[in-house]
Amino acid sequence: MWDHDAGFWFEAKPSGLQKPKTKRAKRFLEKREPKLTENTKNAILIKGGNANLTVTETLKDIVSILLEIHKNITRPFEDQTSLEFFSKKSDCSLFLFGSHNKKRPNNLIIGRMFDYHVLDMIELGIEKFVSLKDIKNSKCPEGTKPMLIFAGDTFDLNEEYRRLKSLLIDFFRGPTVPTIRLAGLEYVLHFTAMDGKIYMRSYKVLLKKSRCKIPRIELEEMGPSLDLVMRRTHLASEDLYKLSLKQPKALKPKKKKNISHDVFGTSYGRIHMQKQDLSKLQTRKMKGLKKRPAAKMTEEDEGISPKKLKSV
Amino acid sequence: MAALCVEELLARAEQRAAEPHPSVAVEKELELEFDLGNLLALDRNVPPSMPRAAGAQRESRLRSLARDNTQLLVAQLWGLPAERAEGATGPLVAQLPEPSYRLPREKPLPRPRPPTRWEQFARLKGIRRRKRTSLVWDEAAKQWRRRWGYERAGGDPARDWLIEVPAGADPNEDQFAKRLREKREKVARNEFNRLRNIARGALPGRGLHPTGHQSRAELGRATQVARVSTASLGRFQPRLPKEPPAPPPRGGKKRHFEPLLGDLAAERSRQLELLRGLGSKKPPLDLTRAVNKQLREEDAQAAADKGKKRGQRGKRGRQRPGGGKGKKGGARRQQQRRPAGRKRS
Repeated sequence: MWDHDAGFWFEAKPSGLQKPKTKRAKRFLEKREPKLTENTKNAILIKGGNANLTVTETLKDIVSILLEIHKNITRPFEDQTSLEFFSKKSDCSLFLFGSHNKKRPNNLIIGRMFDYHVLDMIELGIEKFVSLKDIKNSKCPEGTKPMLIFAGDTFDLNEEYRRLKSLLIDFFRGPTVPTIRLAGLEYVLHFTAMDGKIYMRSYKVLLKKSRCKIPRIELEEMGPSLDLVMRRTHLASEDLYKLSLKQPKALKPKKKKNISHDVFGTSYGRIHMQKQDLSKLQTRKMKGLKKRPAAKMTEEDEGISPKKLKSV
Repeated sequence: MAALCVEELLARAEQRAAEPHPSVAVEKELELEFDLGNLLALDRNVPPSMPRAAGAQRESRLRSLARDNTQLLVAQLWGLPAERAEGATGPLVAQLPEPSYRLPREKPLPRPRPPTRWEQFARLKGIRRRKRTSLVWDEAAKQWRRRWGYERAGGDPARDWLIEVPAGADPNEDQFAKRLREKREKVARNEFNRLRNIARGALPGRGLHPTGHQSRAELGRATQVARVSTASLGRFQPRLPKEPPAPPPRGGKKRHFEPLLGDLAAERSRQLELLRGLGSKKPPLDLTRAVNKQLREEDAQAAADKGKKRGQRGKRGRQRPGGGKGKKGGARRQQQRRPAGRKRS
């Protein structure tokens, strides 16, 4: 496969066996290795061999938010190998596959990979689709980090819906950023699960003045909006999912020793001190306890003599 | 005066309440969960069901639900510590916390490189890595040069135009070719060792999730595990079409005891045999050991013969005794089988 970033042909082989011949190739391979803090996940959007207008438009609209489009004929639920192959070649761990046939009309498959193998895969049927173009009003610029909202108890009660929620967050959350411009929050993706359907709506946010610091929010439908039904699912086994959730130890915050907190948030610390010399403790000054000059002298002499010896 | 003030204030407050500014308050039964690092809000409240609502009505309801949730999320985001970027006139920028919603990783955790064979050995022996400078003084060139590589100190030995023939070496041997060959061998050995280190470091199995290529042994292990993972521990599991037959059950044989009362003659002979063994001074003949000894001697003899044969190359055809060897080998095989059989019974 020809890689545009690296600009050379590369062959996927087990890591380490193939020794890169140039520095550039080495950098390229290093970029794809597992890392402590991972890159932002990339997504491939695949148009199946028989995708109709609705599916194509949906994919195109999602591309306008996200990434590129490929064209290929696969059936992910029957054979995952070609999907895994493409994921490995393009280093993408998320995929959205669209197809249409008589048995499963207007089909979308959303999924993700772990270690270049399919982890989760959920098939969604599009019941209603309103494109970006169908709604005539102002849009927000491409690549805006969306606010994600999930409404409905089903997203918590049902295991499949819980995974779907996690998948959708993974798919749409974009890069992790340390700061955000507050006035730039202008895009909301709202997922509602009710009556056995999932309503995906995207709105443009209008920040209006209010009496307090927080602005009053008004929403304007922007598109794409989808009514989805869940079809087949392929979920990772519990232990594999757990493995994929594992966090590296190096990233965990180090526990501070000797500091504990109680329920009210008060912190308690334990300090280790040396034994106090009570002979030097300053007590109440009284005339009777005052050292006489003569006694002071002798004491000082005794104290000083070893020092003198040392210096000699 | 004071009373008037209070009245004024109250009037102002009333006025403010009557103003058209809409409120930002939202009422929810269950509070929302937020992950501000991902700009994410999770609303666990049951949304109002509307199976028969028409399109426009549903849209408006969905939008009002979304508006309320967005309002709550925005309130949280506005509560974050914020500052103005690029001076006092810049846009207000909020600092987001780390994302807290756990999402699966893209790739497994990075694994530290396993130590190479040399590193293991060095650690065992307490050999420490010595840092060598990359530049060395070249006496001939009178300047600092690299220790290795292009323009190295002392000149590249591969580029020598003249090589002294070492003492005791064959004068007709090509020293240049020899040097080149040695260099190639060294490179090949290094590459071989590198690959061997990688092979040693590769862990046998990474859990039970699918990997790209599973070896024959791994697959065999997986089938074995799958076989006994039934409610009846695989007792009624049929063999697969081309699977080799089941190995004999392991765990030894059961001991069988002779009956207390029964064949008196046999018992008598057994006891007598035991007593004879105890009484005699002669060591008992260990048949297995004897056979093994005989075999070793034969092997040694054969090896010696072979060595002789190598020495007289070319006369092989005439020297060889016809067919005797094959017979001998067959006899040995029979002998080998017998002691093993005895052991088992």
